[in-house]
Amino acid sequence: MATYELNVNGQRKQVNVDPSTPLLWVLREDLKMTGTKYGCGISACGACTVHVAGIATRSCVVPVSLIGDRPIVTIEGIAQDRVGRAVQDAWVEKDVVQCGYCQSGQIMSAVALLQATPKPTEANIEESMGGNLCRCATYVRIREAIKSASQQLK
Amino acid sequence: MLANQRLSLRLPIFMLVVFAIWIVLSTLGAAETGEGKTTTTDARLADGLSAWEQVYSVLTHPRCINCHTATNYPQQGDDRHRHFANVIRGPAGKGVPGLNCVSCHQETNADSTGVPGGPNWHLAPFSMRWQDMNDRPFSSADVCRAVTDRSKNEDLDGPALIKHHEEAALVLWAWNPGRRPDGTMRTLPPLTHSEFVAATRRWVEAGTPCPSGR
Repeated sequence: MATYELNVNGQRKQVNVDPSTPLLWVLREDLKMTGTKYGCGISACGACTVHVAGIATRSCVVPVSLIGDRPIVTIEGIAQDRVGRAVQDAWVEKDVVQCGYCQSGQIMSAVALLQATPKPTEANIEESMGGNLCRCATYVRIREAIKSASQQLK
Repeated sequence: MLANQRLSLRLPIFMLVVFAIWIVLSTLGAAETGEGKTTTTDARLADGLSAWEQVYSVLTHPRCINCHTATNYPQQGDDRHRHFANVIRGPAGKGVPGLNCVSCHQETNADSTGVPGGPNWHLAPFSMRWQDMNDRPFSSADVCRAVTDRSKNEDLDGPALIKHHEEAALVLWAWNPGRRPDGTMRTLPPLTHSEFVAATRRWVEAGTPCPSGR
């Protein structure tokens, strides 16, 4: 076991966990932040996506020992960001969610896309969101919401 | 009188013979020296080409060529399958926003989850692809020409190539590739790292010769 000081959504959090513990389980089990979901556990579905130093990161495969002092943003804190707020508003406007399980990961990837590429093309959306799976197949509404958020961010 | 006449006849003949012998010996000596040079040059070239083949055996090992692809995506595993999760190359070989290489690959291997890692994880530039569009590795001659073409290899000369093979973090990773998700170790290139560097040095010192043909 080891003690880590994490910066999560702008707040300092201390955890005492095994160094190999994936960040996902530190967030969910130790910090009780359950908005980030466990999907596949092998970074294949994107449900566990959070931002680490501004990079969309699959928290299920990143051991907490490799985080260091990089700031973490989760779905619970993404609305503090202008782009994050716009994406969440667009998600509501377009009624994207069906079962909802994958949606926090979808939103985190969409925010990362729009932060880097405010006016994404269809190809940009296809490439950036291609690693986020949705078993309800809400892909069409996800694309509409991303375009809507992009418009709002003009 | 007669003796003097004989001597005056013999002396020029003797000198002529000595001169002829000197010419012959000089010519033979020069030929031998030139032959030696040729032999040395041939041996150096052969050794350089032999060293290159050792280097080539490493470059085309999956730990190296999986990221020196011609495709729009990285490859994985010893069977060199397409990287899962729809990962693509992106404009700088680092993926795209939302799905960067570093979305999963950290600074070091994560053996608890089986995700390999190293500093600044990324694909080699497209100009340094070592395979065709059908995933077949280029020939030894073609890879050699690409590696030595400074318009393609980020302007690396011979010493810089040695340094790259000796020190570059992602090159070193090939000999410390960590565990697969099932816990088994990833396979290593056919040479040790020190053998690889030594072979690179021999090849560079031989003038980075490349095999002829395609």
